[in-house]
Amino acid sequence: MKQPIYLDNNATTPLDPRVLEAMLPYFTEKFGNASSRNHAFGWVAEEAVDYAREQVAKLVGCTEKEIIFTSGATEADNLAIKGVFEMYSEKGNHIITAVTEHKAVLDTCKHLEKLGAKVTYLQVKEDGLIDLAELEAAMTPETILVSIMYGNNEIGVIQPVKEISAIAHKHGALFMTDATQAVGKIPVNVNEDGIDLMAFSAHKMYGPKGVGVLYVRRKGPRVKVTAQIDGGGHERGMRSGTLNVPGIVGLGKACELCRLEMDEEAKRLSALRDKLESRLTQLEESYVNGNTQHRLPHVANISFKYVEGEGLMMAMKDLAVSSGSACTSASLEPSYVLKSLGLSDDLAHSSIRYGLGRFTTEADIEEAIAITEKAVNHLRELSPLWEMFKEGVDLSKIEWAEH
Amino acid sequence: MAYSDKVIDHYSNPRNVGTLNKDEKNVGTGLVGAPECGDVMRLQIEVNAENVITDAKFKTFGCGSAIASSSLATEWLKGKTVDEALAIDNMDIVEELALPPVKIHCSVLAEDAIKAAINDYRVKNGMEPLVLEKSHH
Repeated sequence: MKQPIYLDNNATTPLDPRVLEAMLPYFTEKFGNASSRNHAFGWVAEEAVDYAREQVAKLVGCTEKEIIFTSGATEADNLAIKGVFEMYSEKGNHIITAVTEHKAVLDTCKHLEKLGAKVTYLQVKEDGLIDLAELEAAMTPETILVSIMYGNNEIGVIQPVKEISAIAHKHGALFMTDATQAVGKIPVNVNEDGIDLMAFSAHKMYGPKGVGVLYVRRKGPRVKVTAQIDGGGHERGMRSGTLNVPGIVGLGKACELCRLEMDEEAKRLSALRDKLESRLTQLEESYVNGNTQHRLPHVANISFKYVEGEGLMMAMKDLAVSSGSACTSASLEPSYVLKSLGLSDDLAHSSIRYGLGRFTTEADIEEAIAITEKAVNHLRELSPLWEMFKEGVDLSKIEWAEH
Repeated sequence: MAYSDKVIDHYSNPRNVGTLNKDEKNVGTGLVGAPECGDVMRLQIEVNAENVITDAKFKTFGCGSAIASSSLATEWLKGKTVDEALAIDNMDIVEELALPPVKIHCSVLAEDAIKAAINDYRVKNGMEPLVLEKSHH
């Protein structure tokens, strides 16, 4: 069977063969525990971890000591937010985040609310960006943390992190960002952007699953988080647990490759993405979701009105994409990110996210365009809503039987 | 989620897609669901003097299971009397298409569409609309 074309690189990316090659020895002959200080097996492992730490630090412009390895971005988000809440409880209990954040941030904040945190969830404008004036207005003397993602996973919009961190700092709060979709794709520099804590993950940048990073600033200010996993005191006491040496080696290599190839790759991907988008929006009643100026180079989120997302994906079985349709999730609710842009439920149900990646070719995009056009046209032939639209019926005037 | 072969078959080769003239006296039209919920089904029947359904057509906005449920319904309707059609139960559709629990609402919608089409036909022809027990929403 022919493999579908993979355009779901915001969900995960394939491992780059060069990354795999770097990792392999650390599963077998170089299997040591990086904490074993007394023999060569341990030293070899520790050296590999130190080297990876340098590779990671170089990508985001920090020092090696500011890198805390975790099991992924979700754990890093948890450690940052819960860790700050515990560590800075004497200063205050107020956290500011946004409604379009990843569940790893939102659900962590919800959890902390039960423990006495006050959380402000900022709304976003219809282009997906937060309103800086609203952020400024939400700041209080009790605000300890502002957590706003760098690039959004569903629509790819890039928040104005420099301005956000400046506002947070002006009011004496720390700035944390979930940069899972941005690191390795666009230049992210913790000093230029004023970032105090930053979560990201290897498997979104052609590294292995199960490894992530929490960057924790050490100077200006020195940031501390309370450990959420206790044990042997690894990672400067902030995250205990034997280091995943092969995974960390893979993450390091993945970071290095992204750093070296990012500029060219971003240009290539945004050209492919623009082509995909301009061709697909030639279909009647199709709309790009989110800000198209400030966004990641490899994401397109498009709603095809009068067709339903899951039905559409089924018609595009040779394409691996994802949809904001409720039917794709267990919750039966369409994407909360799209809804927060003010999209009506029916448009949210009709959305498809295309996530391009390092291994996406021009031919893939040509084929994706052809498959999508065919599927949308086919499903519109089946759609009573499309027929009504074509007949000039105002669908908003119909009394639908909600079910 | 993997679809059953029957869902894929109906989805890939939907039967009886189309539109009957809703203004004809012997045509009943049922339009159920809502765009906000991600499912809208329109099912139409054409009934002859002997109360037999001679034609059935559908159009559906929805997921693969919703399209398959309505396609299957039109297949079952053709050749049945109106009374026989009323006896079609959503669980028959669930069974035939092997729908998983999260997709049962698609079959419910198809049953509702059948009943709505029959009622439209009845009202047009001077009969009382049937009082339908509210199905399991």
